[in-house]
This record gives sequence, C-alpha cells and structure tokens, in this order.
Amino acid sequence: MKYTIRGAALAVLAMLCAPVMAQMRPMTPAEQEAWTAARQQKAAQAMRQASTAEAAPAPERNDRWMPDLAKLTATGGVIQVEGAGGGGLTPWALITGYGSRDSYGANAHYTYLATQDYTLTSYGVAVGILDRLELSAAKQEFYGSVAPLNDLKITQDIFGIKLKLAGDAVYDQDRWLPQIAAGVMFKRNNGIGGLGAVTSVKQLGAASDAGIDYYLAATKLLLAQSLLLNGTVRLTKANQMGLLGFGGDRGDRYQAMGEFSAAYLVRRDLALGVEYRMKPRNLAADPEKDYYDAFLAWFPSKNLSLTLAYVALGDITVYNPKRQRGVYLSLQAGF
Amino acid sequence: MTPRILPQALAVAALAVSLWAPPAHAADTLFADLGGMPVIRQTVHDFMANMLADVRIRHTFDNSNLKRVEEMLVEQFCMLSGGPCTYTGDPMKEVHQGLKLTDADFNALVEDLQLAMDKNGIPFRTQNRLLALLAPMQRDTVTR
Repeated sequence: MKYTIRGAALAVLAMLCAPVMAQMRPMTPAEQEAWTAARQQKAAQAMRQASTAEAAPAPERNDRWMPDLAKLTATGGVIQVEGAGGGGLTPWALITGYGSRDSYGANAHYTYLATQDYTLTSYGVAVGILDRLELSAAKQEFYGSVAPLNDLKITQDIFGIKLKLAGDAVYDQDRWLPQIAAGVMFKRNNGIGGLGAVTSVKQLGAASDAGIDYYLAATKLLLAQSLLLNGTVRLTKANQMGLLGFGGDRGDRYQAMGEFSAAYLVRRDLALGVEYRMKPRNLAADPEKDYYDAFLAWFPSKNLSLTLAYVALGDITVYNPKRQRGVYLSLQAGF
Repeated sequence: MTPRILPQALAVAALAVSLWAPPAHAADTLFADLGGMPVIRQTVHDFMANMLADVRIRHTFDNSNLKRVEEMLVEQFCMLSGGPCTYTGDPMKEVHQGLKLTDADFNALVEDLQLAMDKNGIPFRTQNRLLALLAPMQRDTVTR
C-alpha cells in the first residue's frame, strides 16, 4: 500500500515537473511535445506498475565470490617479461586479468625469448584484485647457447606490486586523463652458473645482486582511433633488467628510464604494436642498449592469450659485441 | 637518458603522435559510416534481443517498457553519431537509478552491442568510434 502511494505521488510529481524541466534548455515545440508525451506515457506506466504489485526483486547473486571475467577482451593486457601486467617489455597501468572492480582475476604466463646467442625464459603468476591492486611473481632464466657461454645460466626472482591511482583507460573516453598506476619490482639475482669461478654478478662489476625498480605508468585507450598508448617512467639501477645485477663500476645511482608502447587494435581479439624501453649503463663489461620490439597479441578468449614479437635487446656483453635480436613468444592463461 | 637514444625515442614519439590524428569531425560522418537509420534500427533491435537472451543482464529489464527502451536507444545512437535525431528519453543517470548496475553489467551490455554490430556488418573501427561515445556513460549508469 505504501508503495502504491509513493508510486502515484512520484508519477504526479514527474508530470508536474516535466514542463518546468523542459524549459530549462531551449527545445523546439515539436521536441517539447514529444518529450512531454513520453513523460506522460512514463508516468502512466509508473501508475500502473505501482498499482499492480511490488517490483520483483533482482535475482540474488550467489556467485559473488566467483571471478567475474567482466573486463572486455584484451583490456587486461598481457604479462610483460618481468611478470607485471603490461605489454611485452614494459609494465602498463592496466591491472592484469579480467576481474572488474568488484572481483578479481589472475594469470599464469610462460615467455620464451631467443636471440642468436642467448635464450631468456620467464614464467610466473599475477593476480589482479578489484581492478586496483596487482601482485606478481616471476622467475627469469637466462641461458647462453653458443660456446664459450653455452653452459651459462643466470636466474632472477621478481616480485611485483602495482596500484592503480587514477583514471580508467577504457571508460574515460571523454577525458584526457589516462589510467595511472604506480608499481614496484623487487628483484633478486640468484647468481651465475656455468662460468667457472664467476658465480656472482658482483664479480662482473655489479654493485649488488638485489635491487628495487619503481615505476609510474600511464595507459590510455583511444577507442575512437582503435589505439592504445602507454608511457612508463622507471627508476632503476638494474643491468639487463637485473640479470647482470644492480648498479656497477660505471654508476650506482637510480636513473629514470622511459618506456613507451603503442598498439593498434586490429580486431577485438588482435593487437599489433611497438615498444621501446630505455636502459641504464652501469657496467663496463656490458655496453647495455635500449630494448625494442614489435608485437602481435592474440586473444582467442578471455582465458588465453598468445603474444608473438620480434625483439632487439642490443649487446649483452663486451665479450660478444653482437646485437641480439630474435623472437619472443608468450603464452598466458587465466581469468 | 643518453644522447644516443634520443633520436630513436623521438621517432617512436612521432610515430605515436602521427598514428593518433583525431578526425576533425568524427561525429559528422559516424552516422553515415554506421549505415544510417536502417542499420542503426536493425542493430538496436538485435542488441535488445541479445541483452534479453543474456543471463547476465536480462533481469535488469524486468520492469522496463522494452518497446520504449528500443526506441530511445535508436534515438540516442542516432543523435550521438551525428544523425538527424533528438534523444527524447530521460538522462542516463535517472534511467538507471536503483538498478544497482555493476561494471560487469555494463561490459556485458557492451559485448551484446558488439555482437549486434558484428551481425549488421559494422566494421570494427566504426564500432569503436560509437563505443567511444558510449563508454563515458559508465559513470552515470554503474552505481554499485
């Protein structure tokens, strides 16, 4: 009964308010007429509804603790080579997985990168919580494939945390504000194998075998242009991402490095892009160069993605002054 | 940043900027690119059918006048894309008040619209131009 009265009162109120509201902005007489007619129709409907019965309650969601897989395809990005959500080489401001702000998502990845003389693999897991917080853990393994480094093996553990600070890369299509996130990567180099007496990156000149990277990433989807742009600034001391340690004989200070990505959305499940990642140069033994790549990411479903890229890693050591180029293949499964 | 990488960095930046050249009057041609009124009508019709068959969001239409919703969507898409229509419906915020919609509901709707646009042969890039105009409505419609 209470509902009936309230419904009727609202309907009457709506009818009374309609002409006043219509005058608030200029309207042609025809428009006004159509608008008023629609109003009356709506009011009549509200009256009918109010007089019949209470509205049926929305079905109770009993699946609220289940992952919702609610983000749009590809808008979770992929997992980059250090385990964070992003592109191939650079972390982005996107939170990994397909969980919306009411849910969560997670991904496992395996990445294989092979150049003329070296192989780098990376595997790990990343969790996205409430589309706000991302936690990641990854292991990198770096191998030499050509003598005398054919037994070389360097491994590194990376734990990452990323917090979305502002903006929404997808919804804010009427604003310039990108999605912005801040992140930290805790890295520990586990030492060198297969190089005789050299068992630590410190013996190659690194100041430390552990380090922390800090970054700020801004990601913007320009949907009208089918384009995604990302810019990241990273404070780092890492040599070759940390595979050759942190800091060194040429410098042991934090330096700001820019990382850029641009991707064109070819189809809903296909993105084609380029990336560029600047690097410090702390080691005399390592004429470190910037990384860059061109990639194609395919999202056959929200549970699977496959990224294929051509990468250029530059020189890795003065003892093999050959620019390392090769393929990058990354498989990712999750929700 | 060392001088040697500056030219490369600039080249990448220039590429990014040149890729993003905003069309001067996107809205003027989007209506035509969508295929005009006949395609918009049919797309909205299929869009409604998709939503009503979608277990994720069909319950949100329980108390709706479906015919009116469809009419209003046609008007809205037509007007947003620069077509000769006036949206006569209520503000989005008002229409969705009390529905307690989530981002998951909003995105489910987007996916249903994408399928409807696919079915009506609207090219992917054109779809994205329309979606770019609809995306900010998330702020007014998602209340939970």
